[in-house]
Amino acid sequence: MKMFDPKLLTLTALGLSAFVVGCEAPPPEVVQNGYRGLAMQQNYNPRLHQASLDANVPPDAIPASQPGGPLAKDSYKNVQVLGDLTVTEFNRTMAAITSWVGGEKGCFYCHNSAQWELDDNYAKIAARRMLQMTRDANSNWTDHVADTGVTCYTCHRGNPVPEKVWVTDPGPKHASLMAPTGQNTAAASVAYMSLPYDPFTPFLLGDNEIRVIGDTALPTGNRNSIKQAEWTYGLMVHISDSLGVNCTYCHNTRSFFAWDQSTPQRVTAWYAIRHVRSMNNDYVQPLGEILPATQKGPLGDPYKVGCNTCHQGAYKPLYGAKMAKDYPALYEDNSPPTVEEAPVAETAAEEAAPADAAEAEAAPAEESVAEVVVVEEVVEEVPAEPAAPAVEVEPEAAPALQPVPVRMAPQPMQYPPSMYQRPMYQYPPAPAGR
Amino acid sequence: MAEYQNIFTRVQVREPGYPGVELPEGSLPRLGKPIFSYWIGKLGDAQIGPIYLGAYGVFAIIFGFIAIEIIGFNMAAQVNWSPIEFVKNFFWLALEPPPPSYGLSIPPLSDGGWWLMAGFFLTSAIILWWLRTYKRAVDLGMSTHLAWAFAAAIFFYLTLGFIRPVMMGSWGEAVPFGIFPHLDWTAAISIRYGNFYYNPFHALSIAFLYGSAVLFAMHGGTILATSRYGADREIDQITDRGTAAERAALLWRWTMGFNATMESIHRWAWWFAVLTVITAGIGILLTGTVVENWYLWAVKHNFAADYPSELTIQNPYMVTGGAQ
Repeated sequence: MKMFDPKLLTLTALGLSAFVVGCEAPPPEVVQNGYRGLAMQQNYNPRLHQASLDANVPPDAIPASQPGGPLAKDSYKNVQVLGDLTVTEFNRTMAAITSWVGGEKGCFYCHNSAQWELDDNYAKIAARRMLQMTRDANSNWTDHVADTGVTCYTCHRGNPVPEKVWVTDPGPKHASLMAPTGQNTAAASVAYMSLPYDPFTPFLLGDNEIRVIGDTALPTGNRNSIKQAEWTYGLMVHISDSLGVNCTYCHNTRSFFAWDQSTPQRVTAWYAIRHVRSMNNDYVQPLGEILPATQKGPLGDPYKVGCNTCHQGAYKPLYGAKMAKDYPALYEDNSPPTVEEAPVAETAAEEAAPADAAEAEAAPAEESVAEVVVVEEVVEEVPAEPAAPAVEVEPEAAPALQPVPVRMAPQPMQYPPSMYQRPMYQYPPAPAGR
Repeated sequence: MAEYQNIFTRVQVREPGYPGVELPEGSLPRLGKPIFSYWIGKLGDAQIGPIYLGAYGVFAIIFGFIAIEIIGFNMAAQVNWSPIEFVKNFFWLALEPPPPSYGLSIPPLSDGGWWLMAGFFLTSAIILWWLRTYKRAVDLGMSTHLAWAFAAAIFFYLTLGFIRPVMMGSWGEAVPFGIFPHLDWTAAISIRYGNFYYNPFHALSIAFLYGSAVLFAMHGGTILATSRYGADREIDQITDRGTAAERAALLWRWTMGFNATMESIHRWAWWFAVLTVITAGIGILLTGTVVENWYLWAVKHNFAADYPSELTIQNPYMVTGGAQ
């Protein structure tokens, strides 16, 4: 019984497999970022990557102001942070901030149009605190933001309230007979895995230990549980998702914990986690006293900073565009780093992270497309390292929390957030002794 | 010629339904009258029923039903009994073991107690079902190969959910009941214990698992290919070797220099299947109890490849003087 012409069958099979295998269009681009044979690589879908590049274009800088002239503190009332700027630079900065965060109301999102110096709007108090946070970031957290720095636009993108924020998540409504486990729901925060959907509260607000893996071959008393590993896993998925990178951007996944096999980006991420913690604890969380309920979560805690708040899918926010250097007001001593002063990393980094979107497209590839380039990158990164300890120890202690000058009657709210009274879905405690 | 080159069964036998051999004294009756289904006959034997449940089968089904109900209602409770949310989140929902802080104590029902309960009923159901496979084999005058293969799988199941958690002193080490959650647990245990890639028993288990699939394909293909010479009477050919067995043997001897026999191929398959779960269970038993970090263990025993690294980065815990 002859059922098929064998040739026809072969052709059909070939055609079908070509259709199935070849149907991911356009094919993904793979960028190697480690030693060969280790799958140390980043995968980019060119279409999605182009969309991300288009969505992460910084606005043009406002032309520099004329130097000289009277200082803002002598000309205006109630200038608490930017008093040492000249009036022209001060107004230039204010114009830039307005375009970055003002939304439709412009200046009057924060300011009282009759008396500009009044602190009668919560938004103005919050903006001042955020300005201090930005100056702290650019001046004291260069291990994270390097000399690229951040501006209001990095997070706000023209909106009075940044779009990508997190709040402590009580999770979906449970029936009373179940204690919430903090996981197992389709949650965007962990890229729709069944991992704990709020890895932020324990790690980006609290300082729970992220490391769970033992660093000895045989057991020596590390009692971290598999459940704890799932919380760490959740945080890592958030980082990966926020930066648009694979695990292998920072880790050699054969050994997640080993620093001697990780990439330099892991060091940056380590400082980044501590930086985000500092921003949330020192700047954002205290603002909960004045922010309206529309900017708070279901438990009454204010919108907080996560990795995607700035990164928004890019391995460097705005693909490394250097916006901050044009605005001295964004540095604590009003002096951004100049190109001349910067070490080797400056020029090399400039190549790898151009402001222009078209060039930026090449950036992830340029960083590591060949091993030779990887070696070059090491040369860039390593000189920066020895400087790290001296510079870095201080900022951890230095940014003393300045009390927010609240001049409004605090609105009735839940503070501190009720999460502190709800231990059930918090980070799991250590196991009982054996 | 294409009779056997078909993914579906080409031959269906129709005879009066065969009820099976006489049951021993005191057995419960077989249930149902045999029927024939043409479409089931495409995949297997066209005769459906009668089925023998017996006491073990009845209790296994009852216990299994209770376990599934506990798991299902706990999942439903997580979405506040909403049927729509239950369906939407079904693959994510789970009945989690107790938090590790409870150790091996009995937690409240709402905080992992249901997990213990579901585990008890599910384990009871599985063991009752094992007794059933054993008893059915004996009652049919068979030997008990199937029951022991099933027992190997049960050993692995008990390792994951009972033996290792007890050795670790925490129910929280066990696997959740849930579709995605048990997969994420699988990834998490590998991450927590330093990468199962370097766990030799994990490697053995994978080799046996994939090997099982290869052996199954080789055997199925060989028998179908020699059916026209009588290989469908495999058991006859063990002792009364005919041209089917000879040709099948020749094919493999010519292609890879070695061949199994009509008998030994079944022993190969049985051992590959059984060793898959036995080695997997050993790998799990050693994890956390005897070995803390499989990668470092591999380094210690010189089988983790050493890759040159141009990257020199500093552990920030060293740099900042923080706790190691």
